[in-house]
Amino acid sequence: MLLQDTALIFGRYLRQTLRSRFAMLFGVLMPLLYLLFFGPLLTDLPLGGGGSSWQVLVPGLLLQLGLFGAAFAGFMIIVEKNHGVVERMRVTPVSRLALLLGRVLRDTAVFVLQAVLLVLAAVVMGLRAPVAGILIGFAFVALLTISLASLSYALAMRVSSPHTFGPTVNALTMPSMLLSGLMLPMSLAPGWLDALSHVMPFRYLVDAMRDAYVGSYATASMAYGVLVAVALAGLAVTVGTRVFRTAGA
Amino acid sequence: MPIISTAGLARTFQTKSGPVEAVRGIDLTVAPGEILGLLGPNGAGKTTTLRMLTTLLAPTGGAATVAGHDLATDPAGVRRVCGYVAQSGGVDPQVSVREELVTQGRLYRLTKRQAVERADELARDLDLTGLLDRRTSALSGGQRRRLDIALGLAHRPKVLFLDEPTTGLDPASRADLWDLVRRLRDEHGTTVVLTTHYLDEADALADRLVIVDGGVVVAEGTPSALKLRYGGSTDATLQDTFLAITGRTPQPAAPAPATV
Repeated sequence: MLLQDTALIFGRYLRQTLRSRFAMLFGVLMPLLYLLFFGPLLTDLPLGGGGSSWQVLVPGLLLQLGLFGAAFAGFMIIVEKNHGVVERMRVTPVSRLALLLGRVLRDTAVFVLQAVLLVLAAVVMGLRAPVAGILIGFAFVALLTISLASLSYALAMRVSSPHTFGPTVNALTMPSMLLSGLMLPMSLAPGWLDALSHVMPFRYLVDAMRDAYVGSYATASMAYGVLVAVALAGLAVTVGTRVFRTAGA
Repeated sequence: MPIISTAGLARTFQTKSGPVEAVRGIDLTVAPGEILGLLGPNGAGKTTTLRMLTTLLAPTGGAATVAGHDLATDPAGVRRVCGYVAQSGGVDPQVSVREELVTQGRLYRLTKRQAVERADELARDLDLTGLLDRRTSALSGGQRRRLDIALGLAHRPKVLFLDEPTTGLDPASRADLWDLVRRLRDEHGTTVVLTTHYLDEADALADRLVIVDGGVVVAEGTPSALKLRYGGSTDATLQDTFLAITGRTPQPAAPAPATV
């Protein structure tokens, strides 16, 4: 039941994505621009860690793009809510978890595809990293998208207009990005900033992913990263499903 | 044995300016195969009542059963047996009529083949066959409304809830919709609960009327019984009857304030 329902919702929203060619094109283009215009700035900087600057940059870039992309996923559901589509679905016996998961998995599939393209482009520009590490990286990216898209849908179901949604999400994502060391590793930061960054869940994800990109899989950072990523996803999906079950007030 | 019965069904919303009692306690019974008209001024609690009966909104008080399923303990059972067409409908403008119909069948757990067959059948019944491959944004108001109702019928519900089904439709489309509702009852024995602001619609379509005001039922009966009791005679218009019941008659002019 749950599988069938999820597949149904996933299919509906995947077709929605495929209909908007422009969004697809832009989604692929944006990460490439980052690589092209931001990557070269870092090539000769001493960023610490074992690998080249690309091994530091690419994981951060992937998570950063995932963070912004997924955090705004809820925008679409505000439009759908106003069309009455969400209520029309909630009145049927379809699983509430599937209403969330179908959408979130669509977001995840789309973003993982973008991530693959970005990594391929990065390899062309000079990234060298173990294949296993790159695959682990995709898993982190997927978990991050599941978490943030779920929370984004939960928030979007609660607010009445895009005017409140946009600024709220911006206010939450900007500091999260800066405090997580996504752009540059926090090992470069002064002590207080490094300490502060530890309250951000994404900090653990990016540290683990950078480890994976240099081939160190059995590290403490990796363990914390997996733990935080899985816990965050579990929590976010629970919150999101709850909102789909009770929303309407 | 009524197909819908509610006892003291209530919903209070918590707002920044304090609690708002949208529905204070609705007691209602509906017989199988009945067409029930739910009338009342704006804000009387009609939509909130429908949203509770269709499990979209949890009641804050009272109880209800719909086709043998308890609203509080078996919401999934209620969802399986009832269809709901909201005021605003609920279709994606970018999606084709066919895709919406098939998806709806699948949401009600029909197999893919059943859902495709049901979509064709609904299109025939609701005169949508020539429109199946159009985007829903390309439909006229009347066609849109027929699609909304087709979606509510995907699983052949025992009870159909219609929230202001004919608002914004031209007279011919409204007459078509009335025929459709009667046909549903006559051919399939579907119980229909509809809200409306059009008193001629209530008069022409409903077997029985329930008038809601301030979140409670203030009157109920057949249109002619209500006219006789509140309007003075069975020849009274439903308009006058309605105004008499809800106390919204034009007040006699207040005496001019004394000037000193």
